[in-house]
Amino acid sequence: MAPWTVNDTKIPQGRLALVSYLSVALVVMLLVGFWKLQVVQSGHFADLAERNRIRYIPIIAPRGAMLDREGRVLVDSYPSFSILLLRDEPKLLEKSLPQIEDGLGITKEDLQQQLDAAKFEPKFQPIVIKPAATQGDIAFVESHRADLPVLELMMVQRRRYPHGQMLASAIGYVGEVSAQELEKSDGHYRPGDIVGKAGLEHEYNGTLEGTDGMRRVVVNSVGKAMRTLDDVEAIPGKPIQLTIDEDLQEVAEADFDKYSKAGGLIAMDARTGEVLAMVSRPTFDPNDFAVRIPPKEWAALNTDPQTPLLNRAIQAQLAPGSVFKVVEAVAMLESKAIPANYTAYCPGYATFYGHLYHCDHAHGEVDLHKGIVASCDVYFYNVGKLLGIDRISTFAKDLGLGQRTGIDLPGEEPGLVPSEEWSERVNHHKWWPGSTISVAIGQGPITVTPVQLARMITAVANGGTLISPHFLKDATGLKPASFPLSDDTVQQLTDAMWGVVNEPDGTTSGTVKLQNVDFAGKTGTAQTESFALQAKLGKHIKENGWFIGIAPRRNPEIVVAALVQGAGWGSSVAPIVRDVVRAYYDKKNARTQQTTADNPQPPPANRPLVATVGAQHP
Amino acid sequence: MKDRPQAHDFDWTLLAIVGAISGLGVAEIYSSTHASAMAGLQYRQLIWIAVGIAGMFLISRIDYHTLLDQAPVLYAVGIATLLGVLAIGHSQFGAKRWIALGGGVNLQVSELVKLIIIVVLARYFSEVRTDRLTLKDIVKVSLLTLIPVALILKQPDLGTAMVLIPVAVVGVFLAGIEWKHAAVGVVLIGILVPFAWHMRNHLKPYQQQRIQTFLHPEEDQRGAGYQILQSQIAVGAGGFWGKGFGKGSQNQLGFVPVRYSDFILAALAEEQGFIGVCVVLLLYLGLILRLVDNAQKAKDKAGMFVVMGVTAILGFHVLVNASMVIGYMPVTGIPLPLMSYGGSATAFVFLALGLVMNVRMRRFVN
Repeated sequence: MAPWTVNDTKIPQGRLALVSYLSVALVVMLLVGFWKLQVVQSGHFADLAERNRIRYIPIIAPRGAMLDREGRVLVDSYPSFSILLLRDEPKLLEKSLPQIEDGLGITKEDLQQQLDAAKFEPKFQPIVIKPAATQGDIAFVESHRADLPVLELMMVQRRRYPHGQMLASAIGYVGEVSAQELEKSDGHYRPGDIVGKAGLEHEYNGTLEGTDGMRRVVVNSVGKAMRTLDDVEAIPGKPIQLTIDEDLQEVAEADFDKYSKAGGLIAMDARTGEVLAMVSRPTFDPNDFAVRIPPKEWAALNTDPQTPLLNRAIQAQLAPGSVFKVVEAVAMLESKAIPANYTAYCPGYATFYGHLYHCDHAHGEVDLHKGIVASCDVYFYNVGKLLGIDRISTFAKDLGLGQRTGIDLPGEEPGLVPSEEWSERVNHHKWWPGSTISVAIGQGPITVTPVQLARMITAVANGGTLISPHFLKDATGLKPASFPLSDDTVQQLTDAMWGVVNEPDGTTSGTVKLQNVDFAGKTGTAQTESFALQAKLGKHIKENGWFIGIAPRRNPEIVVAALVQGAGWGSSVAPIVRDVVRAYYDKKNARTQQTTADNPQPPPANRPLVATVGAQHP
Repeated sequence: MKDRPQAHDFDWTLLAIVGAISGLGVAEIYSSTHASAMAGLQYRQLIWIAVGIAGMFLISRIDYHTLLDQAPVLYAVGIATLLGVLAIGHSQFGAKRWIALGGGVNLQVSELVKLIIIVVLARYFSEVRTDRLTLKDIVKVSLLTLIPVALILKQPDLGTAMVLIPVAVVGVFLAGIEWKHAAVGVVLIGILVPFAWHMRNHLKPYQQQRIQTFLHPEEDQRGAGYQILQSQIAVGAGGFWGKGFGKGSQNQLGFVPVRYSDFILAALAEEQGFIGVCVVLLLYLGLILRLVDNAQKAKDKAGMFVVMGVTAILGFHVLVNASMVIGYMPVTGIPLPLMSYGGSATAFVFLALGLVMNVRMRRFVN
């Protein structure tokens, strides 16, 4: 045996015993550690374990549909698939990207941009990389489940606007909830939720949006669903029925399509304020927003000088032109500051305060009726001068101008009715009397919106009731304002507006007469630049054209206000209004014929019906 | 006096404890993997246990003095193997730890080195005639230990490298370190630890991350901190009585990381509760105390050091692994002996226990 194996038997028993004690102490320490977790904090960890294995997957509730007044679908929702990208495993993700780009036809830049945008979101939250998956995309994900586990499909409800651009400005659009909306909602929304962003989609979002359901699934450690525990069904959003009449809407849209100019239109039931049609041009296709609008397109829509996102029917604040003469006539008759039989001589121009003011024609001797029918500026220059700006502005405000009508759409503009007080407050100088001459024919600082003019003309024709424009079929709590007008005023002015359409010297030259319809209205032609500036530029900038039509002339059933920017003359806008009014009566008469027992003939299917029911007035 | 070791001198009590621990391990491996792609892993573990037991009987038959005689040769072989694995070993999980033995079996060479270090240090300490270690002795022991430690760190395998150190520490303590030397040692460690902390930037990224994770587990819940947190959740959710065999959601759904190996105690804690943990830890305490008892009854100092070397390694494994499971220590990849799935690790434990049996069977032999 080697020399080292001397039988040294002096075992250090004491130190070995110490090792034993130390071992006991360490095991006791470990047991205390387990005790703390398993007994003291057991509840907390049991809770964490429970949350760990259950994941909540939202079941998206479809938004409610929008129907027209006859129940025809204007907007609805349809189920679709979104492709989700799981980001739990960064290495796997990195490796899969090229294949995903190829398979789903997404550019490398786009995908990277989306990943960067979600960089600060928790990793276990998947991101939507393709919101509207095609059949091919779905097949791609299904067939690559094994080698591309980072892709997942999620069923969503997508907004569909079957008529595209039709009524788009009023309907608005939906989009992903914004950061501010998220914060304001106090937990009501989650990132990625779809909400109404503009128009009726925004106004009635609370009704339209449903309550998302929830699916509880057991997941494994990498988040793969293993089995479903239960479903909380989604509660679909409620549909809303609008006052819109799709037939009238189509007629109005078709007319604007012919013009291809900026403008707007609102048609209302003049008795109730129900909006029958609303157009704004240029416009957009809300379907472009329903998925995810590429940043470039969004920027283009937003910075387009033609402002396609502006709803001109309620947001265009422009000079009313000669339509304003009706307001002035009301002020003249109701205030009695000027005798009702006041006349003026029109040589085609007039001079006030050292300035020359034009008129379209030399109208000769003009009274109130002729002043409105032929729209004589000189007559109203004089009326305006005699009334003074404050009397004009008081009546304009009483007739609802310069203030929001309260229509159920977001973003309505108030327009502006100037006064002496306004001049001092805003312009810090006294009102220039010369401006009164401009305002007298609806020029100068005064601006209005189409919906205001529609409401104003209606009030003049019905004796002073300012209707509440609205889209919701069973709207409640409407509070029409009232500004009683004398029967005499109503009769004089409605007869004059009838003359605009039907008398030989009317500004529409008889071009928009409707057989058997008591159709009245007022044209407006508003300069966008002064004659002086136009002379300097050496070119003629076309005026904005207005026409506000009502039928019948007193206590009207329908009112239509149309604006075409750069139309030239208000008389060229009148045919649009006429077409809508005609469509309204064609429809009404068709209904009457169908329900009249003594008329066995059914209405012809394709040809527009000519009105057969006469106007109810003398 | 007997001339030959007898079967009844075999430590059947120790073997019973080992059998109980192994049995619990196999059962928990089954529970953790039966519903996964790794189903059937318990059979492979059983095979390794059988191989280990056979090895244990084999090694108990060779007189440990003969083994200690060959200590320098074994040491050289150990170092050469470690160098070899760095040169030709194949990588798995980014570390070179394995040498292919053929037939799809890979040997984790550091396990072999653990056995060699036990034998080499036992030899060194038994050559010290007095019960006082000189400073020179301590330096030599440190060098003998730190060379293989450095080579294993290079693989890199921080866990196994650390495991060698308790063999030296326990050995030095039993061989009779002077209190002043011990004090100096403690002070040195007190200086070196902050220094090492300062040098942590030179660690491999995965090591840095593990340390970071240990210090701030809540920061990256889906990354590395995830492991410790999920382990703690499993342990805590088990409660006092446990969720029942095969019913732990943390375990069954795979939230517990490597639940059949390094974190098997977490899986067991979830399913068997605090009661189950008590049974397991008390079995390990019984194992350690039984080993110390064998050391106390050893015929000579050489035998005592062999047994205590084994004790040091197994005790360290249990301490570090259990601490990791409850979040007291970082994730180091040190398995729970006899319970964690793993061929080389299991074989090592049985071979080490073979050394213990070897000493015990010869306590009355002249």
